[in-house]
Amino acid sequence: MGKKIIELKNIYKRFGDFTAIDGINLYINEGEFLTLLGPSGCGKTTTLRIIGGFEQPDEGDVLFEGVRINDVPAHKRPLNTVFQKYALFPHLTVGENVAFGPTIRKISPDIIQKDVKKYLEIVNLEGYEDRDVSTLSGGQQQRVAIARALINKPRVLLLDEPLGALDLKLRKDMQDELKTMHKDVGITFVYVTHDQEEALTLSDTVVVMNNGRILQIGTPVDIYNEPNNAFVAYFIGESNIIHNSIMVKDKLVNIDGVDFNCVDTGFGQNTPVDVVVRPEDVVLVPADKADLKGIVTLVTFKGVHYEIWVEGPTFEWKVHSTLPQTVGDELGITVDPYNIHVMKHEPLEIPSEETAVEV
Amino acid sequence: MKKLLKKLYIFLILLFLYAPIIVLIVYSFNASKSRAVWQGFSLTWYQQLFTDSKILSALETTFLIALIASVVATVLGTFAAMGMMKMKKKTFETVRTITYIPVLNPDIVTGVSLMMLFAFIGIELGFVSMLLAHITFCTPYVIISVLPKLYQLDMSVYEAAQDLGAKPFYALRKTIIPQLMPGIVTGFLLSFTLSVDDFVISYFTTGGHVENLSMIVFSMARKGVNPKINAVSALLFVTVMILLLIVNKRELSSKKHAAKNKDTLLNREKQIIKYRRNEGK
Amino acid sequence: MSKRRFAFPYLIWMTIFIVVPLFLIFFYAFTDNASGKTLFTLEHVKAIFQPLYLKVIGRSFYMSLIATLVCFVMGYPAAMILASKDFSQKNTMLILIVLPMWMNFLLRTYSWLSLLENEGLINRFLVSIGLGQVQLMYNNFAVILGMVYNFLPFMILPIYSVLVKIDKSVVEAAKDLGANGARVFLRIIFPLSMPGVVSGITMTFMPALSTFVISRLLSGGKITLIGNIIEQQFTITGDWGLGSALSLLLMVLIFISMIFINKYGDESVGAGGLL
Repeated sequence: MGKKIIELKNIYKRFGDFTAIDGINLYINEGEFLTLLGPSGCGKTTTLRIIGGFEQPDEGDVLFEGVRINDVPAHKRPLNTVFQKYALFPHLTVGENVAFGPTIRKISPDIIQKDVKKYLEIVNLEGYEDRDVSTLSGGQQQRVAIARALINKPRVLLLDEPLGALDLKLRKDMQDELKTMHKDVGITFVYVTHDQEEALTLSDTVVVMNNGRILQIGTPVDIYNEPNNAFVAYFIGESNIIHNSIMVKDKLVNIDGVDFNCVDTGFGQNTPVDVVVRPEDVVLVPADKADLKGIVTLVTFKGVHYEIWVEGPTFEWKVHSTLPQTVGDELGITVDPYNIHVMKHEPLEIPSEETAVEV
Repeated sequence: MKKLLKKLYIFLILLFLYAPIIVLIVYSFNASKSRAVWQGFSLTWYQQLFTDSKILSALETTFLIALIASVVATVLGTFAAMGMMKMKKKTFETVRTITYIPVLNPDIVTGVSLMMLFAFIGIELGFVSMLLAHITFCTPYVIISVLPKLYQLDMSVYEAAQDLGAKPFYALRKTIIPQLMPGIVTGFLLSFTLSVDDFVISYFTTGGHVENLSMIVFSMARKGVNPKINAVSALLFVTVMILLLIVNKRELSSKKHAAKNKDTLLNREKQIIKYRRNEGK
Repeated sequence: MSKRRFAFPYLIWMTIFIVVPLFLIFFYAFTDNASGKTLFTLEHVKAIFQPLYLKVIGRSFYMSLIATLVCFVMGYPAAMILASKDFSQKNTMLILIVLPMWMNFLLRTYSWLSLLENEGLINRFLVSIGLGQVQLMYNNFAVILGMVYNFLPFMILPIYSVLVKIDKSVVEAAKDLGANGARVFLRIIFPLSMPGVVSGITMTFMPALSTFVISRLLSGGKITLIGNIIEQQFTITGDWGLGSALSLLLMVLIFISMIFINKYGDESVGAGGLL
């Protein structure tokens, strides 16, 4: 990874009473694939629009290679955007859409024609120059939008939920293609999504946001394995989040009324903490083999694994296991120390129902 | 600065649109007959208005015609639309195209063609011919208002009603008509407004034997400014304003979608333009 | 449910009052009854091409075109301002622009009389500041003004309704790709607003072309347009043949503009878009 290409310093943005961005500091390295991840309304799109020059921050600086670009209008920034709903020009053909940027920059028609051909090939749309954009499928329109942006050889490509409008299968394919394109073109991608799986699949760096703040920045592996608060754990993957846990002392935490060995230190003694355990890290054993016992309440077959709900003394555990269990059986619950993630206790701001299910 | 310029521009457009109307209304309260000279506030012209038998009878004609024409057009048009839905595609297209003719044609063409018709079949020009003409140009607007509602119609309730033992006509009255009501009401209001407003078609189909308000205004205005017309204008303007407020309020309270409420007036107007002015498919 | 018969009364009505009159226009336009017998003739259609009427047709076109152009030049910026997102109270403004259309068309035309007359408000003002009286009425200016005044909202609304529908992100995309304000307008906004422009032009041009009221009132009968000729044929002269031929001309023009608008216009503004 190279040097910092974009830097956001202490950015605030309000829309009326609503604070969209509540003090953000972030840098993006040249060549990386960085994803802003969060539920809708978390400020990720606003952050992207500030980078693109479509919104002005109320406070703070936007730096491009160390130079402040707050006052540089969108059309003069060396960045290009792929918009959520493609934003293709409906009155122009595919070729004219892709040629729009170079034409504005008065590049000679021969070169433009060659470039258009080349970039349509990159997005697997060779020969589509004269098509009417309205005749294209969603996936094809998205490719045109990407070609239209890439042809300008931007230093940074901003992508605002570019796959949001596509169906699942197409989305998976496009994810792979995007990743390949990123590798081939070699420019910085800043990607916005609310789909955690997409973020983990695509990115070098994931930035988890909520309520206008950055909660965690890290590689996909870090974010998944070491969420640094309950929200990140909740938002990334599936989790058991046990709020009423107590850190008894270093390396010993009381979960669901039972003491567990863990690897975390430095929380002090008898401190309330949140504990996160991934469902696949919960191990079910015969009842007499564990201190924590629970009753199986629901077993659902999920394909690769069974999802099993086990009612403990104060908490209902979600367990992923390749072995089925019988509802009503009493079982023991164990977790390896390194699979227990202890984090500072804080009220969990669960995104509302509709934002959680929105795709 | 830019915002200020924008505001100023819109203000100038509005000034252009309203200045004549405002001047018109202000001068309806002028004591002097000699037009532009302001000689103090007076209600003389309004008094004269209500003692002018010609104007009063024109008023009666206008509203009587509008009422009868819009009621007949509403019934005729609603049933026509329902019947059209059952036609074969080709017949439907033909009937719809013909229905659009009075909507699209310049009023003067509709007017003279009806005038020739009345001469041809021997109906004397007057109240009856005017009424027939008004029904003729109102009915298409009713059909155009009702047809979209018929497309959205949920037929299953009609079938369900019959399934539950309702006789066809009862089922129709209880299930279909309520669903069509918004379109029917729109068609009726549109007909009424257009009928009250019409000058050109009435002008050619009355032969000067009957006059509505527009025709009175025309014959008076031909001779120049007349404060009585100003008074009529002021009254009509206020009436239309009140009517619009009522219509808008009715829609505001009846519409569930709060977001759409803001510009119901606007939508209505757009619709009218859509209907009123040329084009179509 | 056999409801087809519900349409029968209207079908009869439609035939008598829409189809037959239409036929009568053709009939009178192409026949002559002078010799007591009804004979096919092209005389009426030819008559349109007499210099006298050609001049009137030319004048009608000329004045309607100018009025349309003025409406466009005045209306497009207004529509753009109203459609811009940062313009507050745009709904109120829009309603205010639309409202005069609800006023009787005759009254609107008449309202200019008290302003334009020799004894009118504008002339009084000009006299009072020492500029002297100017002939504002009884000329082309007054008639074109009347057309612009009556039909301006019909230009603004369709353009506005197309402009507000333009996806904001398309504009942003153009900026993103390096287009400055002027380029965004010329390459994106204006081309995308064409359907509204076409609708607006038709909605202004056609009624202006067929009017006889505006010319009659504001020129005091001094300026004759197609509409006035048709009116005269049916109310004074009684030459129905010529009147029908001219009516036919208007219908042909409407037909052509329909084809045009169906091809390039905003369908949703057209009545057809509703069905």
